[in-house]
Amino acid sequence: MAKTIDLFQVADEELEARSRFTCRIKTCASTACLSAGAGPVRTALEQAVAAAHAGHDIEVVPTGCMGLCSKGPLVRAEPRGASPTLFEQVTAEGGRAIAETFTGQRSEPDVTVLDESIPFFTQQRRVVLKSAGKINPDRLEDYVAEGGYRAVLTALTEMTPQEVIEVIRDSGLRGRGGAGYPTATKLGLLADAQGETKYVVANGDEGDPGAYMDRTIMEDDPHRVLEGIILAAYATGASQAYIYVRAEYPSAIERLERAIRDARRHGLLGRNILDNSFRLDVAVRIGAGAFVCGEETALMASIEGKRGTPSIRPPYPTERGLWGAPTMINNVETLANLPEIIAGGADAFASVGTGSSKGTKVFALAGKLQHTGLIEVPMGITLRTIVYDIGGGIPNGRSFKAAQTGGPSGGCIPAAHLDTPVDYESLRALGSMMGSGGLIVMDDTVSMPEVAKFFMEFCMDESCGKCVPCRAGTVQLHELLGKICDGKATRADLQLLESLSWTVRDTSLCGLGQTAPNPVFSTLHYFRNEYLDLVAGGR
Amino acid sequence: MANRRARPNGLNVTIDGVEMSAVEGESVLDVARRAGAAIPTLCYLDGLSVHGGCRVCLVEVDGEHAPRLACSTPVTDEMEVRTATEAITEHRRIVVELLFAEGNHICAVCVSNGSCELQDLASEVGMDHVRFPYQYPDRAADASHPKYVFDPQRCILCTRCVRACAEIEGAHVWDVAARGADSYLVTELNLPWGEAPSCTWCGKCVTVCPTGALAFKGRAIGEMEHDTDLVGFLARARTEGEWEGRS
Repeated sequence: MAKTIDLFQVADEELEARSRFTCRIKTCASTACLSAGAGPVRTALEQAVAAAHAGHDIEVVPTGCMGLCSKGPLVRAEPRGASPTLFEQVTAEGGRAIAETFTGQRSEPDVTVLDESIPFFTQQRRVVLKSAGKINPDRLEDYVAEGGYRAVLTALTEMTPQEVIEVIRDSGLRGRGGAGYPTATKLGLLADAQGETKYVVANGDEGDPGAYMDRTIMEDDPHRVLEGIILAAYATGASQAYIYVRAEYPSAIERLERAIRDARRHGLLGRNILDNSFRLDVAVRIGAGAFVCGEETALMASIEGKRGTPSIRPPYPTERGLWGAPTMINNVETLANLPEIIAGGADAFASVGTGSSKGTKVFALAGKLQHTGLIEVPMGITLRTIVYDIGGGIPNGRSFKAAQTGGPSGGCIPAAHLDTPVDYESLRALGSMMGSGGLIVMDDTVSMPEVAKFFMEFCMDESCGKCVPCRAGTVQLHELLGKICDGKATRADLQLLESLSWTVRDTSLCGLGQTAPNPVFSTLHYFRNEYLDLVAGGR
Repeated sequence: MANRRARPNGLNVTIDGVEMSAVEGESVLDVARRAGAAIPTLCYLDGLSVHGGCRVCLVEVDGEHAPRLACSTPVTDEMEVRTATEAITEHRRIVVELLFAEGNHICAVCVSNGSCELQDLASEVGMDHVRFPYQYPDRAADASHPKYVFDPQRCILCTRCVRACAEIEGAHVWDVAARGADSYLVTELNLPWGEAPSCTWCGKCVTVCPTGALAFKGRAIGEMEHDTDLVGFLARARTEGEWEGRS
């Protein structure tokens, strides 16, 4: 029998334990920094602290993503009573030097300091990523010390499920997976559905090229995802939840599984959660490498152990989902917003953002920028601020050409629209979409038909093959784009490209095929001349 | 007889301007066929579950921004459906062209020449040439079964065989492997068909195949005829005890 956690006591003890250290050195243990060599840095830090017998004074904390991935591995030293220092591109040697500085063995490390007052950090607003980069994701106590699981406690002891949904409705939260469906409406559909068993599924099958928002959330703050799931399940009456994670995210899977074990051990999952009559079990389900399994009906087929292909809707998952039972599927970022909404209130959440798009959005900022990495910004921020302030502008003296949002389902936004606020409706009006949060900036060296071809190749490779327009249409679209890029196409090919794009969009079964031509439409709309130049050369 | 009125739970549906009465649970395809509208189908087959993969039964429904599938869309009251608008006809034609470009469909040497639903559909949509380059896939035939032969060059992945085998015969010998343009049909867990222990030799897969991909051995060009009514008859016989309608 699990012993129920006393959240307040654990938080106090944790904060007390932290205050005993004269310095806490945080080292990023997220995938981006690990691949840049953060593993040896952490070892060097720990060894140097041990060699100086300073283990009682200095704590080395492996944390999640600090954001500026292009400058990784990042190390942040937080001495007690003094201002913290962020170090960039730390090597093992540098790690040792940093540790030795705080053990008093040397005056200053020979490591570049990263100024945290640059717009990259100051223009962000962290809600979902509030604790990412600050806490050790493998420790439940770390999350509890940040106020974790208080929202569950409040919901279970002071609120009815209907009240939880109402607060979420008032917050204006919309789905962060791309389409922007109002979350409270979805919760309401599952709450109203009749069924002995209901399921909540967290969709962590993020697959857009260059996007790693969900990976970071799951890796760096797994308990926040769990807390969001518990809140969603309580609001809807679900008793079983699944987190569907792609197999390419091994450390996210490992950390989520550890978080689930710890939560169960502390009475936060299982029967009688926090000594209330509510019960919920959560299990991780691992994808098998198909992009299409991010589509909800294909995702459910995959969880059931079937071939991961989408099926026709209706029936919608809330009517007939997993094993025929009512099921709700939410993106992990959507769920990770719930704890803050319940704990901080709907008004505080809704005070950020625009009229119809509330709160913040996490973006994986990539491409031709000075600073790339993971950012969380308030909705309504302009693309210009993201590119020139947060991203630090275009390097190598080149100029901005376009930003691609929404990955292979989205579109590009040219320089003329840089002042567009980033929200669901504005991006859609430009022929792009919010998407799950991939944001790739391109400079003036990029050929837009090549960009369209790249995304079409991705969709062609990821098509499941169930419906003809997607299976065979993406192959022909890719071939036509290749012909255009090679300068061998005629005007008739360009016409055929457009009419086939319409057919694939209007007749494909699921979102993958329906949105696959979007990069073609968007690049044709804003950069038709580039196509015409290439076609003219082929006549 | 007086003006035919809808039954209490009946629905009024308009198909190409023809007013029809329908009952809840019927699909657009059911009602359209009664109305005499010629909606083409490929993967749909009476008696099997709805697959929704071929996309040729697309129709326009008033108030919907994109075409809907006639086979899977349930009718609703006051629904207005158009089955052969210019846009729908063009979509169908492109889908058929995509199918022809994707496989190796050479009617002149096909066992099903003259009794092929893909061929019929091509002439129905007026496909006189294919605008897309042929992919000429390299696919090997499986002639290991003593009675039947599978030629994947002519396969359009409609999965009628998969569903007939799993849902009517209950053997589930067939399934789809790989994905996208690389998708192909497998028997058993990719064993040659002739070595598949779960195959009952019933031949339902062969009778439901819309093209010449599945055929009886020993048939020459144009000699294969399919019996696509069989599974619908069997399904009705089982669920509704209806044994009439077949000689």
